[in-house]
Amino acid sequence: MANMTCYHCGDDCGRDKVRFDERDFCCHGCKTVYEIFTSNGLSNFYEIEAKAGNTPKEVRSKYDFLDNQEIVSKLVEFNEEGVQVINLSVPSIHCSSCIWVLENLNKLHPSISNSQVDFPKKTLRVTYSYVNFSLKGLVLMLSSIGYEPYISLDEYDKKEKRKDRSLIYKLGVAGFAFGNVMLLSFPEYFELPAGEAGVEEFWLEQYKPVFRWLMFAFSLPVVFYASQDYFISAYKGLRSKLLNIDVPIALGVLTLFLRSTVDIIFDLGSGFFDSLTGLIFFLLLGKFFQQRTYSFLSFERDYKSYFPIAVTRLNQDKSEENIQIYKVKVGDRLLIRSNEIIPVDCMLIKGSAQIDYSFVTGESQAVFKESGEKLFAGGKQLSGLLEVEVLKSVSQSYLTQLWGNSVFSKDKASAFQTLTDSIGKRFTAGVLTIATLATLFWLVYEPSMALNVFTAVLIIACPCAIALAAPFTLGNMLRIFGRQKLYLKNTNAIERLAKIDTAIFDKTGTLTTTKKDAILYEGVELTTEEIALLKTTLRASNHPLSRSLYGILQSNAIMTLDEFQEHTGKGIEGRANQHSIRIGSAGYVGRDSIQTSADTAVYVSSDDDFKGRFVFKNSYREGISTVFQSLGSSMQIGVLSGDNDGERKQLQKILPVRTQMHFNQKPEDKLQHIEHLQKEHKVLMVGDGLNDAGALAQSDVGIAVSEDINVFSPACDGILDASQFNKLSTFMELSRKSIQVIKMSFVLSLCYNLVGLYFAVTGQLQPVIAAILMPLSSISIVLFTTLMTNALGRKLNQPTN
Amino acid sequence: MSVIYVLLAISITVALVFFVAFVLSVRSGQYDDAYTPSVRMLFEDELLDQESNLDTDKAEITQTKRTNQ
Repeated sequence: MANMTCYHCGDDCGRDKVRFDERDFCCHGCKTVYEIFTSNGLSNFYEIEAKAGNTPKEVRSKYDFLDNQEIVSKLVEFNEEGVQVINLSVPSIHCSSCIWVLENLNKLHPSISNSQVDFPKKTLRVTYSYVNFSLKGLVLMLSSIGYEPYISLDEYDKKEKRKDRSLIYKLGVAGFAFGNVMLLSFPEYFELPAGEAGVEEFWLEQYKPVFRWLMFAFSLPVVFYASQDYFISAYKGLRSKLLNIDVPIALGVLTLFLRSTVDIIFDLGSGFFDSLTGLIFFLLLGKFFQQRTYSFLSFERDYKSYFPIAVTRLNQDKSEENIQIYKVKVGDRLLIRSNEIIPVDCMLIKGSAQIDYSFVTGESQAVFKESGEKLFAGGKQLSGLLEVEVLKSVSQSYLTQLWGNSVFSKDKASAFQTLTDSIGKRFTAGVLTIATLATLFWLVYEPSMALNVFTAVLIIACPCAIALAAPFTLGNMLRIFGRQKLYLKNTNAIERLAKIDTAIFDKTGTLTTTKKDAILYEGVELTTEEIALLKTTLRASNHPLSRSLYGILQSNAIMTLDEFQEHTGKGIEGRANQHSIRIGSAGYVGRDSIQTSADTAVYVSSDDDFKGRFVFKNSYREGISTVFQSLGSSMQIGVLSGDNDGERKQLQKILPVRTQMHFNQKPEDKLQHIEHLQKEHKVLMVGDGLNDAGALAQSDVGIAVSEDINVFSPACDGILDASQFNKLSTFMELSRKSIQVIKMSFVLSLCYNLVGLYFAVTGQLQPVIAAILMPLSSISIVLFTTLMTNALGRKLNQPTN
Repeated sequence: MSVIYVLLAISITVALVFFVAFVLSVRSGQYDDAYTPSVRMLFEDELLDQESNLDTDKAEITQTKRTNQ
């Protein structure tokens, strides 16, 4: 059987498959989870959804800091009488099986009394007694079944945020009042014109005031509570001399309310309470639709969610202690284990450092450091234990200082004038002109009608449909993008995306993929025995380069090594059957290094005889040349890389000729480059790491590309799943089309307004007409925009899928 | 004649009861997560099935049921 997949996680089993209980597993981790589940009566996990498991990762001493009670007490939400409640973020929650197993955690440990999943947010809330159990135990248990929680410095700082549910309350109030007012207006809707009145008229006449005052009462909470956001926004707009769309809305609401109140006081008519409440209900519905976004993603992350909470401090008496990261002082000695992130700028004391800065600087290769050299915060130690001395505290480190830049506190959405606002400005001016002209005309012709006409114009011209067009079009587009794995922060980002004329890309991690390296061999061809020996030797090494090389070497003969040596930072040596092989840096294999090329390479020698080298080329994402071709036709494109220019030639081959390329760019350089471009252009920045964070924040739209959207990505306007990178130009095109849809619906709603204005200007506006016209226009706009965006969205499904 | 007042009073009271119920449900957090309960609801039966198969304590079932709500 060639395509055997793991019973637990569904991955290809490969060669190292594990057979257990008549089922296949891809690794021992998956098998162990299966064992845990089946022996605790949780085998139902596999019934709900097949092959839905996660492979557990090795954690070991990673969570030792949870022994520190001070840290624990900061993390838990509730901590009294032997009971703790914690809300953990578990990024690997992805299906109903996950919900089921995580909500049955009490079967795995009796101390857990309750666990509850919030699927959209991917969080797990656990109540447990800490008498025989601890947070560390819980975290380790979750990790052992493949649901490792994500605990970062961000969590530690988090202040108790109260949920803002005001919009849903307002929507409820408006909906409640709308329904009741409609019901109470019915008698008057069916009132026959005067003269044709029958006996029933007497009955209506008698109870009219009751109905009208009840409607008045219902409209009070709507005007003074549900619609207060519009008044506030209009007031703010006017104060900063801006006519936003909320000005005519607030004006319309106010006029509706005052005119209706006057009408019922002086018995002039039934008032427009039905239109008033309906209008606000629809407007809030639009807002609600627009506001719902991706709660499981965070778009405001800074270095804090990348950094660990605690580090191991080495005390004077050589004892190890886990301390909170903010308590790290200059001069402290810290221990950094392999795969840990260096939290502060420090000096290397002991150990040989091999640090991956790719996330911080964009450099693709690991950097080697000797003791006495300086290490910057944010790098990840790849193998071996380090002892370092702290040079700067967390907040003063090189990387964290970048966050002091003012671009991170800037709110792009509020600085951008939306299409609705710019139309709203002209619209308001137009409405006020018409209202004044019509009033002037009636003042001359028939003064008693003047006030009536003035208010009627303001009522009918209330731009309900215009205000709804953008939320529904963009809100729906946001959802369509989300289904295709481009997660935008808000609808405003789509509008900004539509205006982009320059696109700048980061290289490492954005254009290249970290998942696979292309490896080329240069030199004397290796014999089969040599390859077999090489592969066996590599097998024993944990170095990332060894792992990727091991993956591509074609050899099935695994032999037993007589001797194996690993010289950290230099290379490895294997010996079997009187033959030896060395793999590592050029100097290690006895070769003059510095081969001018900037490529990453490992050198091989067999029996002290130099053979050749394996060159690791960055492998570019599939379809990037097509993306660049199609983007290049409509906008300027460029590449900003923190890496050296070793790849320049290869990039030039793939990308269109006009592409500008800049290498060796520091995070600040990137930010300034974008800033410079913005003088004349609207710039899109596509990046992935902390080194792009400044550029992402500065650009008009910053999109972070991520292999796994659940792990850290820097602050941005949108997160794009790396697998969808080739659809980038389609996304941009669709954003532009959405703006066209909004414009079309503006025209449509203008038609309704013209009809309404005819009634208003001629002084014939009856409450019934207003009550019909307003919902009709709103609903047709909603229908139109939804259908149009869905039709556009279908385009995304066609290519490449 | 005044029956209309009675009817109005009743209809508005009923409406208000629902409105209050809505506000209370929002306040208790029912609208914060609109997805998970829909999945959780489907688990109850499977849970019962499996529990009886394994001959475990009935009390535990009721407890899980209660806590799941």
